[in-house]
Amino acid sequence: MSDYRFVPSDEPVAPFNLLAQDGTLHGQPSMTDAQVFDALRYMVLTRTFDEKATALQRQGRFGTFSSVRGQEASVVGSSFALDPSKDWIAPQYRELPALLRHGYPLENFALYFMGNPRGGSIPEGVNLLPLQISLAAQIPQATGVAWGLKLQGSDGVALTYFGDGASSEGDFHESLNLAGVVKAPVIFFLQNNGWAISTPRAIQTAARSFAERALGYGIDGVVVDGNDLLAVYEVTAAAVAKARAGGGATLIESVTYRTGAHNTADDPSRYIDNDELAAWVAKDPIERVENYLRKKGVWSDSDAQQLREECAQEVDRAVTAARAIPLPTSDALFDHVYADPPALIQQQRQTWKKREAQS
Amino acid sequence: MSDKTMIEAIRECLRQEMEADSRVVVIGEDVGRLGGVFRATDGLQAQFGKNRVVDMPLAEGVIIGSGIGLAMSGLRPVIELQFLGFGHQAFHQLGQQVARLRFRSQGRHSLPLVIRSPYGGGVRTPELHSDAFEAFYTHTPGLKVVAPASAHDAKGMLAEAIASDDPVLFLEPLKGYRLVKDDVPDERFRTPLGKLRVMREGTDVTLIAWSAASVMVNQAAEILAERGISAEVLDLRSLNPLDVDGITASVEKTGRAAVIQEASFTGGFASEIIATVQEHCFYNLQAPILRITAPDTPYPLGAVEDLYVPDIDRVVNEVTALVQESA
Repeated sequence: MSDYRFVPSDEPVAPFNLLAQDGTLHGQPSMTDAQVFDALRYMVLTRTFDEKATALQRQGRFGTFSSVRGQEASVVGSSFALDPSKDWIAPQYRELPALLRHGYPLENFALYFMGNPRGGSIPEGVNLLPLQISLAAQIPQATGVAWGLKLQGSDGVALTYFGDGASSEGDFHESLNLAGVVKAPVIFFLQNNGWAISTPRAIQTAARSFAERALGYGIDGVVVDGNDLLAVYEVTAAAVAKARAGGGATLIESVTYRTGAHNTADDPSRYIDNDELAAWVAKDPIERVENYLRKKGVWSDSDAQQLREECAQEVDRAVTAARAIPLPTSDALFDHVYADPPALIQQQRQTWKKREAQS
Repeated sequence: MSDKTMIEAIRECLRQEMEADSRVVVIGEDVGRLGGVFRATDGLQAQFGKNRVVDMPLAEGVIIGSGIGLAMSGLRPVIELQFLGFGHQAFHQLGQQVARLRFRSQGRHSLPLVIRSPYGGGVRTPELHSDAFEAFYTHTPGLKVVAPASAHDAKGMLAEAIASDDPVLFLEPLKGYRLVKDDVPDERFRTPLGKLRVMREGTDVTLIAWSAASVMVNQAAEILAERGISAEVLDLRSLNPLDVDGITASVEKTGRAAVIQEASFTGGFASEIIATVQEHCFYNLQAPILRITAPDTPYPLGAVEDLYVPDIDRVVNEVTALVQESA
């Protein structure tokens, strides 16, 4: 079914690829056209959101946030391999389209980055961990969720997102090790986007690839072209199928590039190589999908235009809705800290309420 | 009801709670075949199998972190952290993750997680095993911290902690595992978290302690009684939630207070108790509140630990002086 290669290898492993930038297909993708259309919508939607939110942040109307720009195929292709009704996602913070597909409202995401704690709210039945700011801390948790699903007889899996930087944390290594031992149905989805703020990939590891670290933990590793929606879906779907069947964990290294800043407070002009950046911008994952659909004769300029208009409307709706939500009262400091709050906390809640009423 | 050591009471509780609820699983280092380094889980793997009593790779971060995941997936994990001194290897998961998951997900995720951990000194352990680090965790909002001193409370409070939807750090005095023995019901029962236990009633001074120190302080109170000083001994049992009313009622009655902890002096949980007494009982106090602690130095090697950890003589002498000077 596939010609991608698992490490170890005598040669540095070339990322598995199905789609050239001009839309030419090199193999047999299992993603249907309907899935590709749906995936493209998530990619364009979050690109639109990133642009809007960045503009709002510059006007002081939005908080510091990290866009997914340049990594849309990597995030969307992987999330499409999951079944939201039984699979879990443990995100970091740069995976908006995956969260949306899993059922997290765009409005909540906007609210979170406006600093409103209510934005962290995950709807009941949405199998999602909170955004993770403490790098790699979500990886052991995803491993535990996956292992717990297996112990309870579910065939659900957990997929966790993190970056090349986070893979230097102890939590990453401890988790791959445990996942190997207990055969947890977890997919470690490492987005190698070239940068951890200003720290280049070369400083994170001397290993030839991140994927080959899997070998040391007794799990499979694979490298995929992270700007190729079809290829990312292909390898992730294979890893998910293997995990469901009891075959354990996979480390997927998705080679992509952060073509935006680390976040809205970052100034990449201080460290980024402009030629390298330009080369990656030319590999834009959204253009690649649209080239593919055009070659198939199922996509036109007016389709592209219409999609962008719909996405702009959806983003406007979500941002407007988020902005219309009033700042919470001091109750937000106390809600959901405990299932059964200690008396001292309850007294403090009343004290804060009283002070608020007086001001 | 029968006499049980603390370790027997803990083991019995784990067995009965696992029998009652198949979601309860035990994970930790050496908890399976060995039954734990203190044998708290002895026989459990044979009874419940390797999927419910799991020997983990030696990595505290992923032991706590995967425990969070197990809980989110629908299980009720009881983690054995082999010694609290090893908690630093998992501090990021304990402090940032366990304690905040409910808050960060705005109530979407409960964390019915118990972290049992032996702690405290007095048994000549190797280096870095004996520190009383409870104050790190009482300073962590979202995490309940309890430290029972009797076998009865160990069983009842562990059952309550396992039933709780909040994460609970369950501190067990390693010195008390076999030395402490008292009457414990044979059947399942629960002791609520957040109520102190009056170990001894008295009128001249309130002595406040928790975990192994409570046992030691209660012995000191016997000697004080022989000297004509009537000490009331409070075993806090639970640090968060804290029984402020129980502390206040006692100090209002006696007019004097001493807080005894194994941990070092500055920033310890004793300081929190002293602040609480000062806020609630200032006008009842006949003397400054006394703090009996280890010095502000690292926990030493075993041969000199008796010089470090507060003992009966220190409590007797310092409390006698406190009472006599303010008589």
